[in-house]
Amino acid sequence: MVQFSHVIRDALGIHARPAGLLVKAAGKYKNATITLDKGGDDKADMKKLFRVMRLGVKQGDTVTVTVEGEDEDAALAELRAIMEETL
Amino acid sequence: MITLEGKGVSGGYATGRIAFYHRDAADVEKRGVDDARAEVERFLQAKAQASEQVRRLYEKAVADVGHEEANIFDIHGMMLDDEDYLEAIQDIILNQRVNAEYAVATTAEEFAEMFSSMDDEYMQGRAADVRDISARLVRILGGGGEGGFQPSGPVILAADDLVPSETLQFDRTRILAIVTMYGSATSHTAILAKMMNIPAIIGLGECLTDAVDGRDAIVDGFSGKLLVEPDAATRDHYDGKFREEHTRRTTLRQLRGKANITRDGRKIDLYANIGGVADVTEALENDAGGIGLFRSEFLYLQTDRYPDEETQFAAYKAVAAGMAGRRVIIRTLDIGADKKIEYFNLDPEENPALGFRAIRLCLERPELFTTQLRALYRASAFGRIAIMFPMITDVEEIREIKAIIAGVRDDLARRNIPQAEQVEIGVMIETPAAVMVSDLLAKEVDFFSIGTNDLTQYTLAVDRQNPKLERFYRPHHTGVLRMLKMVVDNAHCEGK
Repeated sequence: MVQFSHVIRDALGIHARPAGLLVKAAGKYKNATITLDKGGDDKADMKKLFRVMRLGVKQGDTVTVTVEGEDEDAALAELRAIMEETL
Repeated sequence: MITLEGKGVSGGYATGRIAFYHRDAADVEKRGVDDARAEVERFLQAKAQASEQVRRLYEKAVADVGHEEANIFDIHGMMLDDEDYLEAIQDIILNQRVNAEYAVATTAEEFAEMFSSMDDEYMQGRAADVRDISARLVRILGGGGEGGFQPSGPVILAADDLVPSETLQFDRTRILAIVTMYGSATSHTAILAKMMNIPAIIGLGECLTDAVDGRDAIVDGFSGKLLVEPDAATRDHYDGKFREEHTRRTTLRQLRGKANITRDGRKIDLYANIGGVADVTEALENDAGGIGLFRSEFLYLQTDRYPDEETQFAAYKAVAAGMAGRRVIIRTLDIGADKKIEYFNLDPEENPALGFRAIRLCLERPELFTTQLRALYRASAFGRIAIMFPMITDVEEIREIKAIIAGVRDDLARRNIPQAEQVEIGVMIETPAAVMVSDLLAKEVDFFSIGTNDLTQYTLAVDRQNPKLERFYRPHHTGVLRMLKMVVDNAHCEGK
């Protein structure tokens, strides 16, 4: 299991477009479980667009991405790059 | 004559017949089915068809309005693929043994409700997207096509509100203008109308009923007025405006293709000013040698939040690529308390013209500035971009800017993100202080652009907004002309 945390800088939080990018990227790792956690009990399966959007992640929130399974390092690196670039 | 007032979100005039758009009645009937498996199969086929329609819509949107605004349809495609959404629909069909239309409509309401109840205005707006894709599914299941309302001839399209896919599905040569009862200025529909150059008014309220269907009207997208069955005087008034607009355009059109030579025989470059990607086509059609001023603040004005790096990058890249190697001068954010943008949260000021604005705001809010610069330098790889900074008063400011640029460029280089090797930078000369130090500024930058409106106002201490001062606002005042001379001489001294 690998994970990283990121503080959201985008004024809109995780809105539709970055959510789309993240879900698309996560979807490529079929044999890995990937979750997006915004603290508390709020977690979402990162391969599901509606779940990710429903988390309502806002600017200033700290989110943690956890990857478990096949190619977890590659998945983590890709998701981290997207987060840092767009959020 | 009936006059309705709303909010003009896309300028321009139009006159014609109103056609009231009625969505195909989405009354969904609940029906029991004997073979639930077969019903799921029927749903999955409809889903595949919906995905294909959305994919084509995305391509049409890319061609019509560019990648930036087309993205919403990419998201629609992903929503259609969402496992939870698909499972919820199939569960209803299988467990309740009911028809697919009913399962889709029920699921749509549940998901839309979930977005509507979120405490974030942006997310609440996404309920419309869920309804949009679901309505498409119901339409396909019912054997309907693409939601095919297509007006027979050019009309003023009226509706209660439009979802993005509706706005885009219309053949734009048949739409003279769009008028709606509801909607917000930041909705995709407003933005799409603007990019397609169609006059649009939203928020006309419930007086806009389908009683106006088939009546003649004038749309004034500048003032947000819809004039239904205009009387003769109003018609005359607007006929005048139409003619003026028409004459202005035809006169100017005659100059196309001619060399730009002044009376004393000097050849000069004539560039176009633009506010966004959509203006590029017109700039090229009208022979612009380049873009002299791309007012980047429009990117900030047309949304209800800070445009992110990707959004800005896409816009700058599209303009740079569209101008195919011709120079594109982009001015960094020029905003202050006088141009109201809610999300900037700027305090009201006694004297906005002398206030917290333009480069001052950018230097005080480095994240904002860096985001824009990153987008600009990334876009520089796709054409000939030059960057210009507004409201400069001191040479120290340009040095500070250059240090920030160096940081941005290093970071891009480290990440192997392409950028042009040479990107010209310039400053607006619009304050007397900039004129007085223009010899020093000329050593630091590649070009100047003189903003005569502001320079006149600041030099003559005349507020441009105050109508009582009109006769004192004199751009040809000797003081202003001497300023121009000084700037030009200082620039030439440095060979610029």
